[in-house]
Amino acid sequence: MLAIAKASLLNLLRNPSSIIFGLVFPLVMVGIFGFVGNSGIKIKVGVLPRTNTESPIYTAFSESDSIELITDKTEEELTTDLEKGKIDATLDIHSIDPDCGMNADCVGARSQIAVYVKTSDASPQNGGVFLSMVKSITDSINIAVAKTTPLVSVSTENLAGREYKTIDFILPGQLGFSVLSIGVMGTAFTFLSLRQTLVLKRFYATPIRRGYIVLGEALSKLAFSLLQTSVIIAIGTLALGFTLVNGIVTFFAMMVLVALGLIVFMGVGFVVSSIAPNENVVAPLANLFTLPQFLLAGTFFSTDTFPAWLQVISKALPLTYLNDALRKIAFEGASFWDVRTQILVLLIWGIVIYIIAIRVFKWE
Amino acid sequence: MTEKRKIIEVKHLTKKYNGLTAVKDISFDVYQGEIFGLLGPNGAGKTTTLEIMETLREETEGEVFIDGFSINTDPGKIKEIIGVQLQQAGFYPSLTLIESLKLFAGLYNVDVKPEVLLEKVGLLDKAKVSFKKLSGGQKQRFSIATTLVNTPKVIFLDEPTTGLDPQARRNLWDLIKALRKDDTTIIMTTHYMDEAEVLCDRCAIMDEGKIIAIDTPDHLIDGLLGKGFKRERKVKEATLEDVFIDLTGKELRDE
Repeated sequence: MLAIAKASLLNLLRNPSSIIFGLVFPLVMVGIFGFVGNSGIKIKVGVLPRTNTESPIYTAFSESDSIELITDKTEEELTTDLEKGKIDATLDIHSIDPDCGMNADCVGARSQIAVYVKTSDASPQNGGVFLSMVKSITDSINIAVAKTTPLVSVSTENLAGREYKTIDFILPGQLGFSVLSIGVMGTAFTFLSLRQTLVLKRFYATPIRRGYIVLGEALSKLAFSLLQTSVIIAIGTLALGFTLVNGIVTFFAMMVLVALGLIVFMGVGFVVSSIAPNENVVAPLANLFTLPQFLLAGTFFSTDTFPAWLQVISKALPLTYLNDALRKIAFEGASFWDVRTQILVLLIWGIVIYIIAIRVFKWE
Repeated sequence: MTEKRKIIEVKHLTKKYNGLTAVKDISFDVYQGEIFGLLGPNGAGKTTTLEIMETLREETEGEVFIDGFSINTDPGKIKEIIGVQLQQAGFYPSLTLIESLKLFAGLYNVDVKPEVLLEKVGLLDKAKVSFKKLSGGQKQRFSIATTLVNTPKVIFLDEPTTGLDPQARRNLWDLIKALRKDDTTIIMTTHYMDEAEVLCDRCAIMDEGKIIAIDTPDHLIDGLLGKGFKRERKVKEATLEDVFIDLTGKELRDE
C-alpha cells in the first residue's frame, strides 16, 4: 500500500498542472487579496450617535487600519449613505440595560452589550467582511468571557493587538477551496484516468487488495494537500501577515481540519468518478458540486450579506463549515471543541458520502 | 513424449454478458513450459478467456485451475504466481521505468533488481526515462518486464505485438522465446497467425466463443493439407516483410 502511495505522489508531483492548480493558483489568489487587503481597502463604517464609544469593541475598530469610522453624521444621514453604498455598514454599540454602561458592578444579563450592525445591498462585499470582523471580535470576547467574569473589559488588550485583515478572511477560504478541488476534482480525474489507462486493471492482477489501492492513492493526495497547506500558510504568515493566533499549535490544528475536509471531499471524488459514464461528464459533474461552494460557502466573501434563502443553501454546504472552522481556529484560537458543530457537520457529510461511494465504486 | 505436468486446466468455461455468450463451454489444458496460443479473429472470446484465467473477470460457469489453485477459491495465490501483460495497459505516466518496477515489486512484496529486468527486455538505457516518453514497442517491452517482477510460473500475454512495426514485432518474438527459460509457461492471444506459427508449441483456434481446433501448428497445417488444400498463390521462400527487414536492418529503431 505504501508503494502505491509513494508512486502516486511522485506521479502527482511531476504533473505540472497539479502544481499549478494546487500551489500556484491559491497562492496567487491569497497574494492578490493579501496585498490588496493590506493596502488600501478601507471599510467605511458609520457610527450611530448613541454608540458607547468607550466600549472596547469600539476601540478595536477605531484602531484598525482597515476600518474608517465616520462619527459626525446623524442617523438619517448614515442610513441614506448606507443605501447608496457610500458607506459599507453602520455600527451601534450599547448596553442592553441602559442603566448599566461600563459600570463594573453590572454583571450577568444586565451587563450584556449589544452590537447593531447594518449593511446594505449597495456594498455587499465590504459589508460582509465587516460583519465577519464584528462576529469574530464578539466571538472572541464571548469565549474569553465564558471563562471568567466580569466581562468585556477583561479582554480589551488582546483585541487591539490583533488586527483582522482581509487576508485573514481570504486565506482560510482559499485553503478550504483548494482542499475541495483536490479532493473532488483530483480524485475523480485520477481514478478516471487510472481506470481508462487500465493501470487499475493491471494492479488488480497483483496480490494487493483493492482497498489498499484506494488507500494508497488517498494517502498520496493527503500528503500533497498537507504540503500545499503548509506552503500556503507559511507564505501567508511570513510574507502577507496572516494571523496564526497560537502559532504552531494553530498551524497543526488547521492541518487536522484540512485533512478531515480532504477525506470528506475525496469521497465525493470517488462517487463522481464511478457514476460518470465517460470522461466528458466527469468535469461538469464535479463542477456541479464544486462551483456552488466556490461562490456560496464563504470562500471569497462572507455569507452574512446573502439573502435568507441563499443562506439556507450555504448552510447545507460542507465547505461553508470547513472555511468557518479554519477561520475560527486561525484567528480566534478556537479549539476543536469550539468548532465541534463544524466538525460534526463535516463528519456527517463524510459518512453519507462514503456509504454511497462504497456502493457505487467501479473498478473497470 | 515425456509426460509433462498440466499447469493449467480449463474445464467447461462459459461467460455470458447480458444475453451475449462470449465464451461457450470451452475446455483445454496447458502443459508446463510450453508456449500456448489462443488464436482467432477479434470478438472470438480470446481476451475474455484470458481475463478469466488472470482472475480479472468472473466466469459464468466452469472452472479454471492454475498450478492446482482454483480461480474461485484461491485467486490470491494465483495472483502471486502469474504475470500479466494486458493489451494497451498503462502505468503511472510520469514515473520512470525503475520507479514503476519498484512499485510492482511493492505490490508483489518481493525484492527486485530493476536493472536486471530492464536488461532482459532491452530497455536498460531507458531506465530513468518516464513511461509516457516511450514508443509503442518500448511500452510493450516494458509491460513484459513488469510481468517478470515476481518470477512467475505462468505469463499471460494479450496480443503482445498488435500495433507494432515489423522490427519491433520480431524483437518481441525473440524476447518471448527467451522467456521460456526456467520452465515458465506462456499463454498468449493473438490474431496474427504468422506469430502463432513462429512462437506457439500448441495453439487453440477460437471462433465465436468456441474452440474449433487444438494442436501443434505443424499438425494443424498437415491436417489442412491432408484435406487437399492448395494455396492460391505460389509461396516464395521469402516474404515482403523479410525484404523490409533486410533493407532497413534488424535493429530496433527508437521512434
